[in-house]
Amino acid sequence: MRTLPRRLGVAIVVAAIVVFLSIKLNAFRDYQIAEIAVYVTAVAGLTVLTGLSGQISLGNGAFMAIGAYATALLLLHLSWPFYLVLVISGAVAAVAGAVVGIAAARLRGPYLAGATLLLGVALPAIALAWPGTFGGDQGLNVVFTTPSFLGANFPLTRWQAWVSAAVALVTLLLLANLGHSRIGRNWRAVSDDEVAAALDGINVAAARVRAFVVSATCAGLAGSLLAIVTGLVAPGAYTITLSIALLTAAVIGGLGSLLGALWGSLIIVLVPTYITDVSTSHGLSSTVGANIPIAAYGVVLILVMLLFPQGIQGGLMRLISAFLGPDQKSRTGRIAPAPHVTPSADQAPASQHEKEGTS
Amino acid sequence: MVEFLQFTLNGIVFGMIYAAIALSLVLIWRGTRLVNFAQGAMAMITTYIAIEVIYKTHSYWAGFVIALVAGLVLGAASELTVVRPTKGKPELNAVIVTIGLLIFFEGLAGMLFGGQFRSFPTGFSVTGLKVGGTALGISRFDVFTVVAVLLATLILAVVFRYTTAGLRMRAAALNATIARLSGIRVARVLTVGWALAGLLGALAGVLVSPSTFLYPNSMDAIFVFGFTAAVIGGLDSPVGAVVGGLLLGLALSYVGGYVGGSVGSEITSLVALGILVLVLMVRPNGLFASARMRRV
Repeated sequence: MRTLPRRLGVAIVVAAIVVFLSIKLNAFRDYQIAEIAVYVTAVAGLTVLTGLSGQISLGNGAFMAIGAYATALLLLHLSWPFYLVLVISGAVAAVAGAVVGIAAARLRGPYLAGATLLLGVALPAIALAWPGTFGGDQGLNVVFTTPSFLGANFPLTRWQAWVSAAVALVTLLLLANLGHSRIGRNWRAVSDDEVAAALDGINVAAARVRAFVVSATCAGLAGSLLAIVTGLVAPGAYTITLSIALLTAAVIGGLGSLLGALWGSLIIVLVPTYITDVSTSHGLSSTVGANIPIAAYGVVLILVMLLFPQGIQGGLMRLISAFLGPDQKSRTGRIAPAPHVTPSADQAPASQHEKEGTS
Repeated sequence: MVEFLQFTLNGIVFGMIYAAIALSLVLIWRGTRLVNFAQGAMAMITTYIAIEVIYKTHSYWAGFVIALVAGLVLGAASELTVVRPTKGKPELNAVIVTIGLLIFFEGLAGMLFGGQFRSFPTGFSVTGLKVGGTALGISRFDVFTVVAVLLATLILAVVFRYTTAGLRMRAAALNATIARLSGIRVARVLTVGWALAGLLGALAGVLVSPSTFLYPNSMDAIFVFGFTAAVIGGLDSPVGAVVGGLLLGLALSYVGGYVGGSVGSEITSLVALGILVLVLMVRPNGLFASARMRRV
């Protein structure tokens, strides 16, 4: 395995960059780094679910809520160490993912989208219906502090950024390896052609459920991180808007590669803040200023989808191959091959779309 | 017994609204094979247009008609500008484009009209109707709601069944290639489908807004339940959309009514999820789905 040392190397370099940035930048930027890491963790799970196994979920925010509430309740009632709480929160979300995956194994396309959408709407309502346990509208407070060995003056936001980035990186590493294992190959086979996969002896239903478990686990971990980063777990943070943001991030980032999760997360965290900064500096009224980022985000989504059909990662790959020539493309593309595309047919997607476009 | 009657009638009123949204989604799905996530947001925009017209002209019916026309235009314009270019790209791209439209419309409404809740007028009295001293729990306007949606459904059914335009639309939905070979301009037919869906959505928006208030996210919940109704009925089937809408409206009304209190209103979405899961477990493509097709 030459890929494992290479991925480890990349992970270490990225970790070093995050540490460097978190020290150089101010507390708000540290918070944003943590936020991006949270989204990367959740979106990467969705990239695997949708990109590799070919299933859609408009309800992964629900799994994030499960992870977040598990974290809040465990820290509140048992005050266990966070790493243990994190693992248990992921496990709880995994169980929920298995249940949903089994219920959804027969559903396809819009039927799966509808069922998961309603899951994303309905689950936060549980917190409202039973306020005694879940704190109702106000939610639950989460207490998270820096460990003592870092000294008393170590900023909390920097520690939150480190923890979140570490979890995100480990998740990405594990997902990359999973994607290239037998399990990942089975997902691609199922996504390409269910009947052929079944004839090949792949248990289609099991493969689909497994993908749901993996993506729910990622979302649960992300929810757990979000709980300690924001210090509060309330239903208002886990609405359907979050679920939709996760899916849009996965698709505009590019479903073909885990790196797409990074681009997508950067866009959903940074674009709204950037536009808010610009509009407030231009002295726009508050109703207009508060809504411009929303409208602009919608426009960005549409434009990315129309201009880069394979998402940002796909667009970058096209640019790189245009600069380096076709034989270099297969090297750079090997980080994680696009779904539906065998490595020998790297050129296929572009030509295929040209054909469809003219029909 | 009186309670049961009231909950039933109330369920039918909301069920017809879900049915209108569900029907608009079915119209688009049959032509474009796409769930339009912006359907609710488009209805929200047209309802804002209606309320502005009503303020200006002091005429409810002027606002009502202009909302429907705006729905036609908005539906067609959405299809022509952003949905058509997704043709030939991965399926999910079109879905994300409609989600982008949804977010854009909600941001736009916030910019133009502000975020505050606005009350929306009705065309008829909203005092409760009585039969022999028994309150029915619904008003004249609720009756109008049911009649309007039924009428729209009926007109659509007649157009689809008995007119050349309807025949073209059915042919385009059945097989786009063969329809094109028979001389039907499939692209134009799809635009008409989107326009009609926009009209139905606008109707639902005007009818539901007196009871939900109007704000940029006011149609979100209605869209979710309309989508659920369409999925329950089977996205291919107009009959399924109406049945799914009524089923959902009745179930949510009974739960909200009999459980009562804040728990009753909070768990409606859980109940909807329960019904959806139950239906899809038995029929993965909805109640009225046509024979299942499987890509090989």
